[in-house]
Amino acid sequence: MSKSWEEINARIASGEAVVVTAEEFADIAKSDGLRSAARRVDVVTTGTFGPMCSSGVFLNFGHSDPPIKMGAITLNDVPASGGLAAVDTYLGVTEPSRTKGIEYGGAHVIEDLLKGKSVHLQATGPGTDCYPRTSIDTWVTLDDLNQAYFFNPRNAYQNYAVAVNSSDTAIYTYLGPLLPRIGNATYCSAGALSPLLNDPTYRTIGVGTRCFVAGAPGYVAWEGTQHNPNQTRDEHGVPVAPSGTLAVIADLKQASPEFFSAATFTRYGVSSFVGIGVPIPVLDEDIAETLALTDADIRATIFDYGVGRRSRPSFGTVSYADLRSGRITVEGRTVPVGPISSLPKARRIAEVLKGWVSERKWQLAPPLQPLPQPGSQGVRPLEIRNEEAI
Amino acid sequence: MARRRLDLTFPPRQATKAIAYHLVKDFDLVPNFLRAQIQPGQQGRMLVEVSGKRDAIDAAVEFLGREGITVSEAASDIRLDTEACVSCGLCTAVCKPGALTLRESDFSLVFDKDQCVYCEACVSACPRRAITLTF
Repeated sequence: MSKSWEEINARIASGEAVVVTAEEFADIAKSDGLRSAARRVDVVTTGTFGPMCSSGVFLNFGHSDPPIKMGAITLNDVPASGGLAAVDTYLGVTEPSRTKGIEYGGAHVIEDLLKGKSVHLQATGPGTDCYPRTSIDTWVTLDDLNQAYFFNPRNAYQNYAVAVNSSDTAIYTYLGPLLPRIGNATYCSAGALSPLLNDPTYRTIGVGTRCFVAGAPGYVAWEGTQHNPNQTRDEHGVPVAPSGTLAVIADLKQASPEFFSAATFTRYGVSSFVGIGVPIPVLDEDIAETLALTDADIRATIFDYGVGRRSRPSFGTVSYADLRSGRITVEGRTVPVGPISSLPKARRIAEVLKGWVSERKWQLAPPLQPLPQPGSQGVRPLEIRNEEAI
Repeated sequence: MARRRLDLTFPPRQATKAIAYHLVKDFDLVPNFLRAQIQPGQQGRMLVEVSGKRDAIDAAVEFLGREGITVSEAASDIRLDTEACVSCGLCTAVCKPGALTLRESDFSLVFDKDQCVYCEACVSACPRRAITLTF
């Protein structure tokens, strides 16, 4: 049994397409069998809502009179990049405020813009013949901006680490506080609902794929940074540790604060929860098999963040079903484990995306260019060299 | 045996009173002090869990009142801003007593005040700063 993209799109256009979430698909496959589920269902929706540090927005402010070539730019006292054209900027979510530090950062500015609040824009410039103004102090809202769009270089990590800390002191990480002597554990993935865990070898998700980004319709723009298709994989081809990633683009003006939330990790820094969802066509039984996987089938690797090195020791793997139980066993000890990726939000995103495909009749398309496939590239380390060595 | 959590506010002149002695000696209660802010000459506050006979706890509360100490049931010290909370669940990873858990059915956050020992681990762990402690 196989279906073409065209057949699936025709069913979407006629309103006959059967669209379900990845969790619902697993239930259907369990009760009716994989073959029947693959035949009956056309599209499966996914969702994830976790902290994604490599996110940010391009903004264009429009020109003041007289105009300015903005160099040093701040929004609510959070520095934004001045290294683009006169009134363009990129604001990264992790940038901390000059006055409030990590309690308010780029992510909080974006959340305030999404909530319709006015944001304090201050900038200075060199003063040139064509841009004579040397400073500006004004307030802007999202509606005032010409363009405002997310360009998130690394979102929707395909699986992630389970973090523990074997050292004798508590440590504060991007995976939250980790208590000493493996006193707790944290993890960060939507598991069976996560987009790239449902299409583990990137058959349907690639450059140009339509997706849900923070409540806005968006696209996969490129492979995400640190995309690593060569991670260890299980018998289903699903990676057991952090692997593939997506760079995504979407209109900030169509996004929603329901699906983008600023975050501060104590003694670590600023980040943002970003909602990402991707619809996956049920082309054949091969892809149906990975779409039908449940949290019991997908495993993540436990890493020791108490070791402050690039390669951290591992304590083996654990299933997402075990992680969801709130307790796991590490080195013979039962410890509390908590997520950082919101399952209720991931479920909501997969539901909203169902509506977009069935009611808004979103047409799906094969990737314009595939993401780097297993075997094609890995992740390079950064070596520390001196000038003589180059 | 009963167990109650009491929030005691001491007027400045009473802030150094040996409350624990009276709770144990006069009322046969087992006090467990969860939080305390006591400075001589200033208003003080204490959060104490007492275990003992129900009548004895009532009598102790009366005694504390006669001593000029304002007693209220400790119920609302930890506040969760449900608008800001995204149900990520990170707070549940640092909550050793198990006061913060995720509901099995929908993974929404559940706070059981009776289990909370006011350690504040959740307050700084919450990336949304949605949990505050008013004491």
